[in-house]
Amino acid sequence: MEERTIRWRRASGLLAAVAILAAACSSPGTTASPAASSGASPSAAGSGGESPAASGGQIGGTVTVIGTWGGSEQESFLAMVKPFEDSTGVDVQYTGTRDINTVLSTGVASGILPDVAGLPGPGQLVEWAKAGAIKPLDDVLDTAAYKADTAPALVDLGTVDGKISGIFIKAAVKGLIWFNPEVYKGGEPATWDALTGTSPAPADKLWCIGLESGAASGWPGTDWIEDFVLRQAGPDVYDAWVAGTQKWTSPEIKAAFEAFGSAVSNAYGGSNAVLTTNFGDGGNQLFTSPPGCIFHHQASFITDFFKKQGGAKDGQFDFFRMPDINPSFAGATTGAGDLFGMFNDTPQARALMAYLVTPEAQAIWVERGGALSANTKVTTYPDDISKRSAEILASSKIFRFDGSDLMPVAMNDSFWKAILDYVKDPSQLDSILANLDTVQTSAYGG
Amino acid sequence: MSLERPTELAAVGPRSAVRGRPPVRWGRLALHAVLVILMIVWLLPTIGMLVNSFRPAADVSRTGWWTALSPTAQFTMENYQHVLAQNGLGQAFINSLFITIPATVIPIAVASFAAYAFAWMRFPGRDVLFIIVVGLLVIPLQTTFVPILRLFRDLGIAGDFLTVWLAHTGYGLPFAIFLLRNYMGGLPREVFESAAIDGASPATAFFRLALPMSVPAIAALVIFQFLFVWNDLLVALIYLGAANAPNLPLTVLVANLSNSLGGEWHYLMAAAFLSMALPLLVFFGLQRYFVRGITGGAVKG
Amino acid sequence: MDGRLITALIVVIGVPAVLFGYIVFTERLIRLAPDRFQERLRPWVWLFPAIAFLTVFLVYPTVYTIYLSFLDKFTKNFIGLDNYIYFFTTSDTLTALRNNAIWLVLLTLFAVGGGLIIAILVDRVRYESVAKSIIFVPLAISFVGAGVIWKFMFDYRPPGQPQTGTLNGILGSVGQDPVPWLLNSPLNTVMLIVVAAWIWTGFCMVILSGALKGISTELLEAARVDGANEWQVFRGITFPLLLPTIAVVATTMVITSLKAFDIVYVMTNGAFDTEVIANRMYKELFAFGQPGRASATAVLLLLLIIPVMAVNIRRFRAQEAMR
Repeated sequence: MEERTIRWRRASGLLAAVAILAAACSSPGTTASPAASSGASPSAAGSGGESPAASGGQIGGTVTVIGTWGGSEQESFLAMVKPFEDSTGVDVQYTGTRDINTVLSTGVASGILPDVAGLPGPGQLVEWAKAGAIKPLDDVLDTAAYKADTAPALVDLGTVDGKISGIFIKAAVKGLIWFNPEVYKGGEPATWDALTGTSPAPADKLWCIGLESGAASGWPGTDWIEDFVLRQAGPDVYDAWVAGTQKWTSPEIKAAFEAFGSAVSNAYGGSNAVLTTNFGDGGNQLFTSPPGCIFHHQASFITDFFKKQGGAKDGQFDFFRMPDINPSFAGATTGAGDLFGMFNDTPQARALMAYLVTPEAQAIWVERGGALSANTKVTTYPDDISKRSAEILASSKIFRFDGSDLMPVAMNDSFWKAILDYVKDPSQLDSILANLDTVQTSAYGG
Repeated sequence: MSLERPTELAAVGPRSAVRGRPPVRWGRLALHAVLVILMIVWLLPTIGMLVNSFRPAADVSRTGWWTALSPTAQFTMENYQHVLAQNGLGQAFINSLFITIPATVIPIAVASFAAYAFAWMRFPGRDVLFIIVVGLLVIPLQTTFVPILRLFRDLGIAGDFLTVWLAHTGYGLPFAIFLLRNYMGGLPREVFESAAIDGASPATAFFRLALPMSVPAIAALVIFQFLFVWNDLLVALIYLGAANAPNLPLTVLVANLSNSLGGEWHYLMAAAFLSMALPLLVFFGLQRYFVRGITGGAVKG
Repeated sequence: MDGRLITALIVVIGVPAVLFGYIVFTERLIRLAPDRFQERLRPWVWLFPAIAFLTVFLVYPTVYTIYLSFLDKFTKNFIGLDNYIYFFTTSDTLTALRNNAIWLVLLTLFAVGGGLIIAILVDRVRYESVAKSIIFVPLAISFVGAGVIWKFMFDYRPPGQPQTGTLNGILGSVGQDPVPWLLNSPLNTVMLIVVAAWIWTGFCMVILSGALKGISTELLEAARVDGANEWQVFRGITFPLLLPTIAVVATTMVITSLKAFDIVYVMTNGAFDTEVIANRMYKELFAFGQPGRASATAVLLLLLIIPVMAVNIRRFRAQEAMR
């Protein structure tokens, strides 16, 4: 307080009238000194490999966390950290916001950052870890146990320049085909052609598709394209495409768009409905009577929407894995996950990071529903659907992370828009892809 | 300073003369018809959400809000109960008040002096300076975040309520000065001249004449600044979010009622109504300053 | 808790009190100066608090923005006008520029025109305060709320299905097919402007109504006694007297349209050719990691406003000469 007052005096030249008054009364408003935590020197935390959480010691203090989770996700995360708070005495202050990009990018530029944050994607993890804003976790985590318990693909995504920098709190498996067992009784088709050849009766159309998602509209379509690229052209093309070395105008990517286009042409309500239907309502027509369509392509989290917005009851929805297309890439699966990084090296932040990767912690969210664990030791899934989703994730022969999330944000943003433009006017495909090539050249540069 | 004082200066006209009397009867009818239609058009979107906020989410996705008129429609209080049961709602509400009230008072107080100087004092460079001040309105606030956040960090006040008060004052000043300067500039010269002849200093003229006569403009400013700050999400999030989350206002909590995928948005409907209650009360409360006569004769006739 | 409320109270009462004390105190000091310095000194003393705030919170960041606009994405290397060239050679930003022009014309027209008409009409009825409150309601709703509200207005379901959007519900009741309001350019931009006008008309109305109340009633009555009809009274007296205030709200709306962001961001994020400059800037700044390009965009906004300000200067000089 004294130091602050002194600093204030120094700065008061500009704000004389207000400043003196404000400095005098700013203290009751602030409990902790937030700047102190962001300025804490790494040495304070020491270099001990053993995490305090594991030893169950009391630490006290607070750790600030910012993430994108809201609503029931926020409740699940808070439930997840509750045992940690109880055993360490650390107060976890969580803030959820969809403006996470804004908060973190201004934070990195100004140095005012939360201790721990959910990251928008692996791209930002790399950028901020290289800039030194995100601290490496090698001496924070029980590295051996972490590597043993976590899918190698996820470990790799969290590793920057050989150092573990990001951890996965939860995961989702993508490329699931949902249906209503009361309507579709045909079982799992062996091939993609068998699936698309299914008669949509009693519905008119085969597919339920909804692409609207406010500022992120178009993303459900990127999942479709990713699944096609991986299943049609294989992981090497997929990796090159994600890395920006595979042209969008190349035949492989164009074929993926065309495959998606043919699904859209067999979708409920036509392109206007596909473009204006919120993805959360996208599967609603599975449950109407008569149904509007019989299949819905979406990640594992969608069940919540079926129940809340589609009015579906348990037992009215089920899924199978999106079938393989090219047999040489059989067993390929896409998925996604929520990355966490540590910005301030404090004892509390270290303890929290170490705690979050443990199977005990991750089991809590999994048991509450809506998430798969990134930790393979977690098996306590609450229902058959999430258990089978987790098995797909664990058993996939070729696993690839959501490609659009891995691309530079500018590329991803154009990808979303391209999906919308393509659905609106499929005849423009060539110019849409050419435009994506232009973005690719500038988005990956330097 | 008493708000009632200006009435003694007011050129009091007969109250009955306030409303014009169009000679033709159907003119009145058309006037009422137009106004009623306008009011319905303006209310319609809000009514739609109000009705939907009492309907189960699955119904909202499948049928229009107007179907709630049918006898089979179902209603629920669940959305409101959920919002009101949120942890930290009370705290966030108090934070919002705590952010908004000073962030409304300070800029208007600062702006009124500047506006008076721009309106009634002559000095070289006045017009250019004024134009620069108003031109600052166009600055996108987002471009100021990084430099200002660095400044707060260097001063050691990042995360304090003080930071949002100061920032909102800076952001709110251009419009406040613009509006007040225009209003004060329209006050009659004779009033100030006769005050000067009576030996009143500029300070006296400001506090005794200009300020009381500008009450309607100040009331309008109070409403707008209150609204902007009350409904602001980004400024509070940037200056308080990372550094001191317990200070965050209601808007941040409300926006986060839906999840990261945009699901659970039905709670937003209830929250939107609850959070607009206070600004509307402020508007109702200040409406009495928008009546004729309070600055009667203020505009040169 | 109590401590904080006391702090708020101190600030709310204290800041105006300190400013009052500052003016009174400096007035004493100025009195000590020779007469001809008094007049020169006083304006700056009165302006000082405002200038200090503006310098710190707007001018300094703007200077920094101008500096950044000449740097690359790492904000390290000087790259001349590249960021500006990028702006004028990218189709997305050029679309944004075109849309902002549409915004500028339509929003200013709708909000100022609507606000003026409503202010004048409500002045003549007994339920004035109710009517004004209703027009004002949208301004009190946060953007999160407004986003949800208009989702229910624009919602689209395929023809033949029960509609959930109000507008398509109305169309359906008169036997028309539903329209996907936000898909087709330029209808979608116009619909977004309608949302903005719904919000900002109340703003214009409040200010214009305030100015209307300032017009002396004897003046209007005198004109009516002289046989002028309502239109002549409006043309000859009301409108000229409102003109300065109309200019203020119009300027504010022009700036609001140039800065249009929230509505576009929430509803389309620029898809289907609805992009606007401020949304583009926001993306470049916070998502794409291109502070240089974002800064160049912000600087261009600043340049765009210069003609509007020039008009304002002339108007103020005219007001000065008149009074």
